[in-house]
Amino acid sequence: MDVGTGVLAVVVVVGVPAITVLYALATEWVLRFLPERGRPRLRPWLWLLPAFAFIGIFLVYPTVYTVVLSLMDRRSEEFVGSANYVDLFGQPLFWQTIANSVMWLAFFTTITVVFGLIVAVLTDRVRYETGVKALIFIPMAISFVAAGVIWNFMYDFNPEVGTVNAAAGALGVEPQAWLFEWPRNTFMLIIVGIWMWVGFAMVILSAGLKGISTELLEAARMDGANEFQVFFRIIVPLLAPTIAVVGTTIVIVALKTFDIVWVMTGGQFDTDVIGTLFYEERFTNRDAGAASAVAVILLLTIIPVMLFNIRRFKAQEATR
Amino acid sequence: MSAVTAPAGYTEVAGQPRHWYSRLPLHLVLVVVSLIWLVPTVALLVSSFRPPAEVNATGWWTAFQLPFNFTLDNYSSVLTRNNLGQSFLNSLFISIPATVIPVMVAAFAAYAFAWMDFPGRNALFVLVVALLVVPLQSALIPVLQITTAAGLTGTFPAVWLAHTGFGLPFAIFLLRNFFGALPRDMFESAYLDGASPTTAFFRLVLPLSVPAIASLVIFQFMWVWNDLLVALILVGGFPRVAPMTVTIANMVGTLGQNWHLLTAAAFVSMVLPLIVFFSLQRYFVRGMLAGSVKG
Repeated sequence: MDVGTGVLAVVVVVGVPAITVLYALATEWVLRFLPERGRPRLRPWLWLLPAFAFIGIFLVYPTVYTVVLSLMDRRSEEFVGSANYVDLFGQPLFWQTIANSVMWLAFFTTITVVFGLIVAVLTDRVRYETGVKALIFIPMAISFVAAGVIWNFMYDFNPEVGTVNAAAGALGVEPQAWLFEWPRNTFMLIIVGIWMWVGFAMVILSAGLKGISTELLEAARMDGANEFQVFFRIIVPLLAPTIAVVGTTIVIVALKTFDIVWVMTGGQFDTDVIGTLFYEERFTNRDAGAASAVAVILLLTIIPVMLFNIRRFKAQEATR
Repeated sequence: MSAVTAPAGYTEVAGQPRHWYSRLPLHLVLVVVSLIWLVPTVALLVSSFRPPAEVNATGWWTAFQLPFNFTLDNYSSVLTRNNLGQSFLNSLFISIPATVIPVMVAAFAAYAFAWMDFPGRNALFVLVVALLVVPLQSALIPVLQITTAAGLTGTFPAVWLAHTGFGLPFAIFLLRNFFGALPRDMFESAYLDGASPTTAFFRLVLPLSVPAIASLVIFQFMWVWNDLLVALILVGGFPRVAPMTVTIANMVGTLGQNWHLLTAAAFVSMVLPLIVFFSLQRYFVRGMLAGSVKG
């Protein structure tokens, strides 16, 4: 790296706050030229302008344009209608990818939420709760790339190196190439995702759990309910809204999965998911049309979550 | 929502004294789960300090037998020969501006959403909520076209701009919710004293919002620091500016089974997030929770 880029970075860090202050002062100066009544009308738009310029250029326009590109050829030169989609639907690789993404959606989401809930309920009953929770939350701090390295090492074929095969050996199981055979390899990748995200589910569900009155639980126990009944008849129903929030978040993580698969298998051995297929179409096959079609399909699958979030947001606003 | 804090205290059922062993299964389960969660990271950490010949021949769990044989060679090797030292700096040069820009820009918009009246305010904010979950993939190809047309592909500004665009909806969402919860009286008395909205923003809103801004800064910084996809697409082919995630992902392909190097490299990339996690745990968890809605 040359000195220039380093200097540029420093200039940006110092310059951005300075520019922000100047921009704020400039808006007030511009508004002075308006009649007093017009000022509150124009001011909000001046305050929103920088953010929406960025969002417009780097998020909204690109997303809309991706839809357009998905209807054009591989070099984005001619319109080809629905050809990219038809091609995709005709490829076994595409359906393999969908199968894997559905596996991620089903198993990653369910196991992460259920396990997070169990850990939240169990840690709630011990004094060393904080320690256990911090420990389980740590993987959230590291990158998927580092997690990929960590788990490639865990899954190493040599039982003298790979922890999982060493543990399997202790139980009398032959060393396994965990990442070679479908569908087992996708499950092994999903385990990495679970390891990273249970901490997130646990912390949110645990916060929800603290909101349930202990008197209610005690009353149920006094009435003779056992711990399983307390869990399924009281805790789960009362936590249902929180579980829904955690679930939708993890659904999005599942649908966007890219890094884990890319680092650990590179999409080989039938482990491709929508995220890796997108990358391969664009950069391995150099087909912007097909890659855009994959991106559009991903966006469509996320729209139900988007609508759910908007509904939840409106309900929250109504109670503000 | 201080999530990882002291337990609320589990109260025993009144009138039913329990023996410690009745809770033994509970403790056992928690200890086993904790161990399973810890082992992968410990395996990485221990292996990164072992000599190459040992890492690739004997399990990390044998490292604790006398005589101890640990080394720092793996770290000096990855930092100098595998370009990881450079990548570490690149990660910083990418992450810091890609955090500062969106947070400042978002604070402005969030203030307008929280405390100014204008037609279409709610509709526009619903758009922000909708954009929270838009996946990176559905915008990246045109973003690459834009940065290429501007001659920025393969430079830091390309990554800064992309992360600003992708990070803004969440940043606006979080700050608007926090600003909106500030007391209305405060603004009214400030305006009565002749303060302009600009003065109120810099003198009242920003200082009072330090906790929310801290959570947001940590979240955005970690998001960019740990990002692979955006960096791979915008600067992936340029090793001189590539961040650690890209460099390590490439090392996995080229170094294969050289575990002594891969484990050291992975740990270098984890050091900063782990320090942030342990020193700023409260803000970190809060930011992660609030940011979980982000696509």
